[in-house]
Amino acid sequence: MGEIDLATVNWARAQFILTAMYHWLFVPITLGLSFLCAFFESIYVRTGKEEWKHLTKFWMTLFGINFAIGVATGIIMEFEFGTNWSSYSWMVGDIFGAPLAIEGIFAFFLEATFFAVMFFGWERTSKGFHLFSTWMVAIGSNLSALWILVANGWMQYPVGMAFNPTSARFEMQNFWEVLFSPVAMAKFTHTTSSSFVVGSLFVITVSSYYLLKGRHVEMAKKSIIVASVFGLIGSVFAAFTGDESAYANGHFQPMKMAAYEGLYEGSKGADLVAMGILTSGKKVGDGQPPFAFEVSIPKGLSLLAKRDFGAFVPGIKDLVYGNEAEGIMSVGDKMAKGKVAIADLALIQKAKKDGDEQAKTAAIERFKVNQDYLGFGYLDTPEEAVPPVASTYYSFHVMVYLGTFFLLLTLLFLYYSYKDTLAEKKWLLVLGFCSFFLALTASELGWVVAEVGRQPWAIQDLLPVKMATTQIAAGHVQASFAIFFVLFAVLLLAEIKIMLKQIKIGPEGV
Amino acid sequence: MIGKLDIVILQQIWWIICSLVGSLFLFLTFVQGGNTLLWQVAKNDREKSLVINSLGRKWELTFTTLVLFGGALFAAFPKFYATSFGGAYWVWLLILFTFIVQAVSYEFRAKPNNLLGAGTYELFLFINGTVGVLLIGAAVGTFFTGSNFTLNDFSQVTWTNPLRGVEAAFSFFNLALGLFLVFNARTLGAMYLANNIDYHGFPEFEARVRKSCLINFLCALPFLLYVVVSLVLMDGFATDGNGMVSMVEHKYLTNLLAMPIVLGLLLVGLFLVILGVTRTSLARSTTGIWFGGLGTVLVGLAVFFTAGFNGTPFYPSKVDLQSSLTIYNASSSHYTLTAMTYVALFIPAVLAYIIYVWRQMDSKKIGVRDINDKKAY
Ligand code: HDD
Ligand code: HEM
Ligand code: HEM
Repeated sequence: MGEIDLATVNWARAQFILTAMYHWLFVPITLGLSFLCAFFESIYVRTGKEEWKHLTKFWMTLFGINFAIGVATGIIMEFEFGTNWSSYSWMVGDIFGAPLAIEGIFAFFLEATFFAVMFFGWERTSKGFHLFSTWMVAIGSNLSALWILVANGWMQYPVGMAFNPTSARFEMQNFWEVLFSPVAMAKFTHTTSSSFVVGSLFVITVSSYYLLKGRHVEMAKKSIIVASVFGLIGSVFAAFTGDESAYANGHFQPMKMAAYEGLYEGSKGADLVAMGILTSGKKVGDGQPPFAFEVSIPKGLSLLAKRDFGAFVPGIKDLVYGNEAEGIMSVGDKMAKGKVAIADLALIQKAKKDGDEQAKTAAIERFKVNQDYLGFGYLDTPEEAVPPVASTYYSFHVMVYLGTFFLLLTLLFLYYSYKDTLAEKKWLLVLGFCSFFLALTASELGWVVAEVGRQPWAIQDLLPVKMATTQIAAGHVQASFAIFFVLFAVLLLAEIKIMLKQIKIGPEGV
Repeated sequence: MIGKLDIVILQQIWWIICSLVGSLFLFLTFVQGGNTLLWQVAKNDREKSLVINSLGRKWELTFTTLVLFGGALFAAFPKFYATSFGGAYWVWLLILFTFIVQAVSYEFRAKPNNLLGAGTYELFLFINGTVGVLLIGAAVGTFFTGSNFTLNDFSQVTWTNPLRGVEAAFSFFNLALGLFLVFNARTLGAMYLANNIDYHGFPEFEARVRKSCLINFLCALPFLLYVVVSLVLMDGFATDGNGMVSMVEHKYLTNLLAMPIVLGLLLVGLFLVILGVTRTSLARSTTGIWFGGLGTVLVGLAVFFTAGFNGTPFYPSKVDLQSSLTIYNASSSHYTLTAMTYVALFIPAVLAYIIYVWRQMDSKKIGVRDINDKKAY
C-alpha cells in the first residue's frame, strides 16, 4: 500500500466532521417536521377548517427553507466518499455503494417529485392528491434515512460480505444480511424516532415564542398539541431504541460501549455510572482511577449491555490487553496475526502479477488463517485501538439526560394544553423555547457517540480510518475544507436570517 | 433469474443504465441552461420571477438525477468512482460547489432578509449553468482524451498532474465538449421556458425566449462540429482480448462503424435536437422541448456507448495505459450487480410517477397568478 500522510488523514476527518454535522443540522428537522406537516394537513382535510390549512402552510414555509439547504448539503458527503476517501470507496464500494444508489432510486425521487406538489400544487391538484404528496415527502425523507443508515450500520458491524484476496477488496455476499443487520435496524429506529423529537421541539420552540409574545395564540396552541403528542411518542421510542442501540453496542462494538461508559476494568455485574467526572489525562493501563467523582447504579451496566445482572462486561483494559478467563484476545495478538495477513496479501498480489498460480493458491490458503485480523495489522500500537474516551463519554451522558428531559417536557406541554393553562406557565414556555436547541444538540452528540466511539476504525475491526483516505497532499484537503467552512458559514447565516424573518412575519404572511 | 446472467452481461447492462441516467441528466440540464438565460430573456422583475418559478419547480429533479448518476456509478463501477473522484479531485469539487450554491438559490432568492440579496443568488444560478456544466463536459471529455493517473496493486490512485483534474479543461476537445453542453443546455432551457410559461400579455418576452433558442443552438454548432470531427479523426484507447491497452488509430470512428445502432442514436438524436429548435423558434410550438430532450438523451447515449463498448476503456489513463479502466475491470462483483439489477427493475415505476406528477403540475402553465403567490420563489 502507499504511504500514509497523517496530515491528509486528519484534514479528511475534519472535513467529514464538518460536512456531516452540518448536513445533520437540517436533516432531523426534515425527518420530524415532514410528518408534522402531514398531520396538520390531514387534520385540515378531515375537518375542512381553513385555520388548519393556514397553519399547515405556515409550517410548510419553514420546512421548505430547511429542506433546500438539507438537500444542498447531502450531496457533499456522497462526493466526499470519492474525493477524500477513495481507498475506502474502492475497498468497500462493492457493498457500500449499493445502499447509496438504492437511496437515490427509492427515496430521493419521492422527495424531489412530491416536494414540488406540496409547495406549488395547492391550486393545481386535488385536495386528496395534495395530501398524498405531503405524506410522500415525509415517507420519502424517512426512507432516505433508512438506506443511509443501512450504509452506516454496515460500517459499524460489517456483515454479509467477505474479503476477496485476489481483488484485494471486500465483496457483498448477502444483501439481506446487510439490510436487516441488527445494528442497521437499531440505527434506523433510533435515528428516526429521535428526529421526530427534534421536529416536534422545533414546532414547540416557535410556538412557545409566539405564546410568550402573545401573538398567533390560537395557532400556536393548536400546533403545540399535535407536536407534543408526536414528541412524546418520539421520546418514548427514542429511549427504547436508544437502549436497543446500546445493547447492540454491547455485542458488536464493546470498545465503543466501554468508552462511553468510562469503563476501564471489566467485571461481572458491572455498575452503571449515572453521573461522573472523568479523571483528566487518564490513559489505559496507567493505574489511575477512571473517575474523579461518580454516582453509580449497582449492576446497571450488565443489565443494559447484556440484559443480565450477572453478565461480564469487558472494559477498555480487557479489550486492549486481553482477558483469558473471558476469552478475549489482546489487541497485540490480533496485530501480530494481522501483520502476517498483510504479508500474505502482498505475496498474493505478487504471485498474481507473476502469473504464478501455484504460489497464489498457497498464499491465499495461508492468508485465510489470519484474514479476520487484517485491519489490526495496520495499527502501530495496541493503545491505538482505544477511541477518545472523554468526548464519547460526555456526549453519551448529555444525550441521555436530554432525552429524559424531553420526555418530561412534552408530557408537561401535553398536560397543560389539556388543562388549557399553557399560556400562563411562563417558565414552561421558556423551557419550551429552549428545547429545540437542546434537541439538536442531543442529536449531534448522538453522532459523536456513534462515530467518534468507533475510532480508529472506518469499518469496525477491518479498515482503520488512516488506510481509507485518498493519496493526496494535505494542502488540497485543507483548501477544500476552508472553502466548505466559509460557504457553510454564509449559508447558515442566510438560512437563520430568512427563518427568523419568516417566523417574525408569522402565519399571516403565508 | 438475473443471477444466472454472465457477469459480462451484467456489466454491460450497468453501463447502459449509468449511460441512461447520465443522458437523462444532460436533458435535465435545461434547468442550468435556463438559469443562465435569466438576464437575457427576462427584462423586468416580473419576467425574471416567471423564469425562476418555472425552473424552480424542476431543479430538484435535475439535482437528484445527478445524485443518482453518482450513486449508480459508485454501486456498479466503484473503481471508477474511487479513481476519478479521488484523482480528479478539483474538477469534482468545483462541480459540487456550483451545485450547492444553486440548490439554495431558488428558495432564498426572493425571501426577505436573505443576507446576500437577490442578485447574488441569481449569480449563483448563472455560475452553476456555466462553470458547472462546462466542467461536467470537460470531465466527460476525459473519457476520450484520457487522464493522468496510475493505480497500484491495491488500486490506490496516484494523480500525476498537480492541477488534480482541472487540467481536463485545458484540452481543446474537452473544452469544446464543455462549451457545447453549456450552449445545448441553454437551447434546451429556452425550449422548456417556451413550453412552461403562460405568455399571455408578454409577447416580447416570448419572442426573446424563442429567439434565444435558435441563437444558442447556432452557438453550440461549431463546438459540436469540432467535437464530432475530432472524435472521428483522433486516435483512441483500445483493449485487446487479454485486457492490454494500446492506442489505435481512428478508434472512435471504428466504434461507430462497428456499432451501427450507436451511430444511429447519434444521428437521430442530432436530428431531433434540430427539430426541437425549429419547432420552438420557427414553428412557435410548445413541443420543442420533447424533441430536444429526447434528442439530447440519444446523443448522450451514443457518447457513453462509444466510450465504453467495443473494447474501449471508458476511463483511460494517458500516463499509464495499463491502469485504464474498462467496464469489465472497474465493476462491482457479480453478486452486487445482480442485486442492483433487481433494484433497477423499479426504475420504470419511478419514471412513471415522475411523469404523472409532471403532467398534473404542468397542465396549467406558470402565469402571473403563480408568482404572486406567497410561496413563489
Ligand atoms: C434528539 C436526539 C436524541 C435523543 C434524545 C437520544 N438520542 Fe441516542 N442518538 C441520536 C439521537 C438521540 C442519534 C443522532 O440519532 C444517534 C447517532 C447515531 C445513531 O444511530 O443515532 C444516536 C446514537 C445513540 C447511540 C450510539 C449508537 C451506535 O453507536 O450505533 C446510543 C447507545 C444511544 N444513542 C442511546 C440513547 C439513549 C439510551 C437515549 C435515552 C433517552 C438516547 N440515545 C436519546
Ligand atoms: C449525518 C449524520 C452524521 C454525523 C453528524 C456524523 C459524524 C461524524 C463524525 C463526528 C466523524 C468523525 C470521527 C472522527 O474522525 O473522530 C465521522 C466520521 C465518518 N463518518 Fe460519520 N456522521 C454521520 C453520518 C454518517 C453516515 C450516515 C455515514 C456513512 C454512510 C458516515 C460515515 C463516516 C465516515 C466515512 C467517516 C470518516 C472516517 C472516520 O473518521 O471514521 N457518517 N462522522
Ligand atoms: C454521510 C452520509 C450521507 C450522505 C452521503 C447523504 C446524502 C444526501 C444527499 C445526496 C441528499 C440530497 C438528496 C436529493 O437530491 O434530494 C441528502 C438529503 C437528505 N438526507 Fe442525507 N446523506 C447522508 C447522511 C444522512 C443521514 C444520516 C440521514 C438520516 C438519518 C440523512 C437524511 C437525509 C434527508 C431526510 C434528506 C432530505 C433533505 C433534507 O435533509 O432536508 N442523510 N442526503
